Amino acid sequence: MTFWNDPIRFAADWLRDLLTGWGLAAQMTDILLALLGALLLITFSLVLAIFLVWVERKVVARFQDRLGPNRLGPFGLVQPFADIIKLIIKEDITPAGADKFLYNLAPVLALASVLLLWAILPLASVIYGVDLNVALLYLVAAGALGTLAIIMGGWASNNKYALLGAFRMVATMISYEIPMVVSLLIPAILAGTMSVRGITEAQGNVWFFFLSPLAAVIFLISAVAELGRAPFDLNEAESEIIAGFHIEYSGMKFGLFYAGELLHAFTFGGFAALLFFGGYGGFFGLQNLPAFAWLNNPFVQAPVFMLKALIGYWVIMWIKYTMPRVRIDHMLAFNWKFLTPLALILLMTTAVLDRVLDGSNWYVPGLFLSNLLIAWATVEILRAHGRRQRKAEAARVGTGCAQAGAPTAQQ
Amino acid sequence: MQHEWLYIGLFLVVGIIIPIAPLIIARLVAPRKPNPIKQSTYECGLETVGESRVQFKAQYYIFALVFLVFDVETVFLFPWALALKQMPLFVALEGILFITILVVGLVYAWRKGMLEWA
Amino acid sequence: MTGAQILFLVCAGLILGSAVMVVTARNLMHAAFWLIAALFGVAVVYAILQAGFMAMIQVVIYIGAIAIMFIFADMLTRRDVRESRAQIGRNWPVAVLLGLLILAGLTALILAQPGVGRVAPALPSGLDPVAALGKALVSPDAYVLPFEVASVLLLSALVGAVYLAFLKKQ
Repeated sequence: MTFWNDPIRFAADWLRDLLTGWGLAAQMTDILLALLGALLLITFSLVLAIFLVWVERKVVARFQDRLGPNRLGPFGLVQPFADIIKLIIKEDITPAGADKFLYNLAPVLALASVLLLWAILPLASVIYGVDLNVALLYLVAAGALGTLAIIMGGWASNNKYALLGAFRMVATMISYEIPMVVSLLIPAILAGTMSVRGITEAQGNVWFFFLSPLAAVIFLISAVAELGRAPFDLNEAESEIIAGFHIEYSGMKFGLFYAGELLHAFTFGGFAALLFFGGYGGFFGLQNLPAFAWLNNPFVQAPVFMLKALIGYWVIMWIKYTMPRVRIDHMLAFNWKFLTPLALILLMTTAVLDRVLDGSNWYVPGLFLSNLLIAWATVEILRAHGRRQRKAEAARVGTGCAQAGAPTAQQ
Repeated sequence: MQHEWLYIGLFLVVGIIIPIAPLIIARLVAPRKPNPIKQSTYECGLETVGESRVQFKAQYYIFALVFLVFDVETVFLFPWALALKQMPLFVALEGILFITILVVGLVYAWRKGMLEWA
Repeated sequence: MTGAQILFLVCAGLILGSAVMVVTARNLMHAAFWLIAALFGVAVVYAILQAGFMAMIQVVIYIGAIAIMFIFADMLTRRDVRESRAQIGRNWPVAVLLGLLILAGLTALILAQPGVGRVAPALPSGLDPVAALGKALVSPDAYVLPFEVASVLLLSALVGAVYLAFLKKQ
């Protein structure tokens, strides 16, 4: 073992020797090292969040045919630091009717629930916080804490808009948790483990995206909903409830919500990469050849993973800046009448095919084709449904051409 | 005590302490000149009518109920999914039976109009 | 005393304190948040016991679903019934007596168990407890029937919810 193929353990061993050499108890040293590791990972993710502010602003500018920040430093790279200074020196206003403790706790919990995800995020095969055997459930549990932070902030603000935003957000998050969990179950079935590292290692030859493209799409959609980003940004809905659950937050407290959202989006991009796109490894078996053994080096794996996560984040941004906002009844109907049944059917098909085709040459093409078949059937059903609705509408209006009925206002 | 969960616990503590740090810095640096108008509820310049914590639609509660049922279901499915790799086909069929029974429930709720936002 | 024991005592104290706050808080919403604190404490106790799966379920189901449902239900109630009533009923001595009796009974039951006070043997390394649970759930000679019956139970819960919603609509 050298620094080049296992840098974290190398540094940890060196530190452990040093600390025990100073006469520290072994148990104490372990705890100190774990604390140091946690600090390192969290600091890294927060520095990343600062960088993401720049990425987000630059990318949205490009989507909207603008230049974006370009004055401070090269390509505007210093802009996020100016943003932070501005957020820190802004007056922090607490509304008179607010519940002080919960009001202050909410932004901290919102960011902490995202940071918690980094404990199980492997950056490379040897760079990770912990390798939990219940990692996928942990992912869902951290999301539950995030939901809690939002409802806490919305309720403690003592503002109608905030409460409305929080309730919409929670309704979105709990609804879309079901398809998300089901789409997480599919990699768990394919890999036979719930550990993120185990799932990533199982994709050495074939990415799970090619075994179950539909699951990846369902995961992406429910991740966007879980994030509360457009088209599911009913929680913020600038044009109707101004900023939703964080309407009353100003200064650094708003900054924490904002940093949490950006980091959350990137983290979900990372999880999409790890669960469906091979994560830090998985170069279609190439990494097993002696000539390409350098692909297994952590100094190659970590940038590869970051690149994949950034692509996932970019797709989430692409969706955000392309789609209009959906109405809450459409949002719920899309989940309960479309996404959840689809995810459950996909889960059942995958479970059976995984058992039937196990070990045969048809394993990969069979699963892939079954996904395509389900997708095709779904599209056909939707098309038939749409046709029927248009016909009914045309019959109702009485003219040959179908007209959209006046949309009814809904909360 | 297992090392993993100790680490997660430390991670939670650090993850809560670090976001508090900028709040403390802001507290020291930022101006504080509160006045009643500034601290009033923000509703785009309008006065708040009545109470802020208003009564909500019952529909939220109903969706939460449906969600609860399916959330418990997925918890049962996780151990099943993990065991599947080392088990014969009929285990997959057992899981399918489990899911189907619940899908029947979903269809029932759908037919009864419970999934409508009205 | 080991570190785990100290952690357990701190956690147990926090759980009990939160539980007392749940029943004494005037504001229903505060009671809900104290309940969440108590539930989270239970999750931490599971984690101390190395039951990772149970800890995660505790957070996902109890905090992520049931507590959220409580909060939604709280927002459905009208304000005038929320904070006006007295918090202690007339029959409180009976409740205290019953509580103490149950506590005594539970303590006696636990102490009667063989192996109380001994440290549990560590799990064999390489064993995935969740996969083992899954195997037990689906093997015909173990718990497959309760597994399927759980589904029926959930179905009946869903039907009950639909029925309640139906009543509300009319």
